[in-house]
Amino acid sequence: MTQFKIDSSQYKAIVIGGSAGSFQVISKILSSIPSNFELPIIMCLHRLRHVRNGFVEALNIKSNIEIEEPYDKEAIKRGKVYLAPANYHLGIELGNTFALSTEELVNNSRPAIDITLSTAAYAYRNKLIGILLSGANKDGAIGMKNVHEKGGLTIIQDPQECLIDTMPLAAQKITKIDYVLGVDGIISFLLELDKQIKATATTSS
Amino acid sequence: MQDIEIAQLRTITDIIKKHYNYDFSNYAMSSFKRRIQRILEIHKYSSVDVLIDKLSLGDTKYFKEFLSEITVNVTEMFRDPTFWKELKENILPTIFANNRTVSIWHAGCSSGEEVYTMAIVLKEMGLLENVKIIATDIDTTILQKAREGVYPLKNMEMNIKNYQRYGGTVGLEKYYKEEGNKAIMDKSLVRDVTYKEHNLVTGGVFGKFDLILCRNVMIYFNQQLQNSVLKVFHESLFKYGYLAIGSKESLIWCEIANKFIVVNNEEKIYKKVKD
Ligand SMILES: C[S@@+](CC[C@H](N)C(=O)[O-])C[C@H]1O[C@@H](n2cnc3c(N)ncnc32)[C@H](O)[C@@H]1O
Repeated sequence: MTQFKIDSSQYKAIVIGGSAGSFQVISKILSSIPSNFELPIIMCLHRLRHVRNGFVEALNIKSNIEIEEPYDKEAIKRGKVYLAPANYHLGIELGNTFALSTEELVNNSRPAIDITLSTAAYAYRNKLIGILLSGANKDGAIGMKNVHEKGGLTIIQDPQECLIDTMPLAAQKITKIDYVLGVDGIISFLLELDKQIKATATTSS
Repeated sequence: MQDIEIAQLRTITDIIKKHYNYDFSNYAMSSFKRRIQRILEIHKYSSVDVLIDKLSLGDTKYFKEFLSEITVNVTEMFRDPTFWKELKENILPTIFANNRTVSIWHAGCSSGEEVYTMAIVLKEMGLLENVKIIATDIDTTILQKAREGVYPLKNMEMNIKNYQRYGGTVGLEKYYKEEGNKAIMDKSLVRDVTYKEHNLVTGGVFGKFDLILCRNVMIYFNQQLQNSVLKVFHESLFKYGYLAIGSKESLIWCEIANKFIVVNNEEKIYKKVKD
């Protein structure tokens, strides 16, 4: 198993981007992390623009944490899992709140992963973990670059394991990726991270 | 390209205030920053400083263009079909049960698709003649588009799908004619619509309404500005009038929320119950 060098006290949030071929992966991750997972997980997944209902429900079937589609200016809370709503870009505002937008499509998508990752990188700086999964376009690549440039941690799903490897490969091409992991590796990473955060919390209190 | 810093955004909003008397200082920073970035790309400016210099010249023609680029004008007909269904089935009948003539304000109407949507809903209910509509926006360039009512034909595919999801039966095609790659809307729908420039930040109250729609506009504002704009809406509504906001916006954080009740939480429709 990969050994992770995690400075757990450093991180404040996790952003996961995914597109074609990522649904099963996300489902597996969400069914494997504990219901009291500490860090907020913010997911931006490509989805049908004009179907408002159904997606979050489908993800919730397996998830240990109830997923929410945040409202504009909603405060980002620890222990929550969020999903970018249909037909809106999901950004992170300074001051730890969400900011939705109906701007033009980015990389042919709304929500666009680049927007969620880039705004999160701007708001959380080196306290962010960006994870990019399977997908058929290059959305998320620039976002991951921003995460890295601000000192955050970058993880991609192992392209060899991805149903469609275009998205993680595009990110790998333009920026440094800290970990290339299979689904199980991503899960181990998250569990290890959570364990360390919980351990630090108990020793310091 | 270099990342834009908060201080630079502040400089920009200060200059705009000083030279043009528009106040963007309470816009949501994350989207405002992206708009600035986009403007730099469109004009191929090498840095924010180029834009700052341009804005410092006080050239109102340049600013008008800037204004129309900084605002997000993306819109659709029958956006959120279930919202329009709720209006047709519940909200409008209730309003008309208590009023003979009804006034509606579209705040942030953009290129006018939302206004045409309303007109079509009312027309199909047989109520169009009994309504006065005022449609406002900060951006005069987009207001001109709204007045013209000519849209790219390629957008109509999505609009038609939305109309069908709404449960429209007449066929959206009935309300426009095709000319080349354009859809030209039937102007008789908007005979009683007044289009008017109005800035929600500074414009204040200018009338009383039974229904106000301000959808996907306040998401570009910070909470402080949302609060003050909601006060304007509260004052602009008759008692028991309705306010509709975007499907992912919420009033619950606003100081004035206690003067409204939620009529439909899914579609974000509120009713003013206290003066
Ligand atoms: C995304 S569009 C919303 C269009 C339509 N209501 C909808 O939901 O599809 C936002 C509009 O708000 C306008 N806007 C932005 N700031 C404004 C302000 N301070 N006062 C009035 N309108 C404003 C923009 O010019 C733009 O046309």
